[in-house]
Amino acid sequence: MSEKVTLTIDGREIRAAAGGKLLWAALDNGIYIPNLCAVRERVRPAASCRLCFVEVEGSAAPVTACTQPVKDGLVVRTRSERVDRLVRSAFELLLSDHRLQCRECPANRSCGLQKIARERGLKLRLTRLKPLPKEAAIDESAAAFSFDRSRCVLCGRCIWVDREVAKVGAIGFTRRGLERTVTTFEDETLAESICNECGLCVHACPVGALYFKQPE
Amino acid sequence: MFSVPLPLASGEREEILKIVGDILKNHAANRENLIPILQQVQAKLGYLPGPAMEKIAAASGVPAVDLYGLATFYNQFRLHPPGKHRVNVCMGTACYMAGGRIALDSFERRLKIKEGETTPDRNFSLERVACVGCCTMAPVVVVDDKVEGRVTPTRVDGILLECGASNGAAGEAPAAENTPAGREQAEGAQRS
Ligand code: SF4
Ligand code: SF4
Ligand code: FES
Repeated sequence: MSEKVTLTIDGREIRAAAGGKLLWAALDNGIYIPNLCAVRERVRPAASCRLCFVEVEGSAAPVTACTQPVKDGLVVRTRSERVDRLVRSAFELLLSDHRLQCRECPANRSCGLQKIARERGLKLRLTRLKPLPKEAAIDESAAAFSFDRSRCVLCGRCIWVDREVAKVGAIGFTRRGLERTVTTFEDETLAESICNECGLCVHACPVGALYFKQPE
Repeated sequence: MFSVPLPLASGEREEILKIVGDILKNHAANRENLIPILQQVQAKLGYLPGPAMEKIAAASGVPAVDLYGLATFYNQFRLHPPGKHRVNVCMGTACYMAGGRIALDSFERRLKIKEGETTPDRNFSLERVACVGCCTMAPVVVVDDKVEGRVTPTRVDGILLECGASNGAAGEAPAAENTPAGREQAEGAQRS
């Protein structure tokens, strides 16, 4: 086990393993930092959701907690005007192409977006941006689960487990810009693809994009 | 939402696999080389057919969906074979403002394909390009090597007629002369 060091988050002293990432040190100590794309075991964090910003003393600009290594004497603030603005904007951008219909959503009440909204007092609706909902058929080909891209936040967690845990390589990111999407080779349905339907990606999904047909 | 690959003509798959095999002999199939390999495949075949991506995936150990990710990320890559007639609709600022989008929509409707696609008979492929350099003629369409100016929907019909459009109804097999194998045969016949 690596050496334990002391750092300060929001005025609270905590002990954590040096070299680990700040996000997990905070979460493990009951200090909330919004996040969607982070995976604890992932060696090189994707840092793509841009929700985990914090202020670190000595850094000119806010940094992403999921990439910030834990160091002795680190002084961290999870909230500041700049942090709140960054998080609010990143959050609204994610919502802008998200089909926001919580009542009909399988993730309702266990959703990562809802959690962030609750913790940070953010609205689960668009205030400044125009909605750009994604139009795509739901892939219901797998026996136990479905994939609805219109709710995907492109966090990449499903792809990470598909590669690193299931060791299959059935899904990946394709296209770019607004068309960026998670899909299979040549957009086959999951059943046609090399997906073995292990369902690990469903557990990894922080929102209602990948969901079990029968609620667990 | 997604464009579907065109079916391959008979003998095409074998040809694709042979060409990709030859290219792979000259390259270490590692992640860094994937883009150069895809570029060479496209230089030879005119596009990136599925079996080519699958073969590169098998050789490199990179999931096939990642090859597909590269092919769909970069504009330079095509997933449909080039048609006998290549229609390039200009979407540069001037053409866009002058109705380039309307010209593109007309081609899409007439040919029953989307930009980036090819009619099933492989007579027409449709693409958008950025400024071709003759903005005074906006909206501009380049068909094969011919520049057409002020392209209205009526002119779109005219252009297609001049190319002898057979409209490429869905499910129609590619005309033999429009596949790589067929073209090679035709060229061979010409040479002899
Ligand atoms: S994924 Fe979350 S925010 Fe989106 S509709 Fe479902 S419950 Fe609501
Ligand atoms: S399907 Fe779910 S886990 Fe996968 S990228 Fe989209 S939101 Fe993330
Ligand atoms: S959790 Fe840090 S950027 Fe997504």
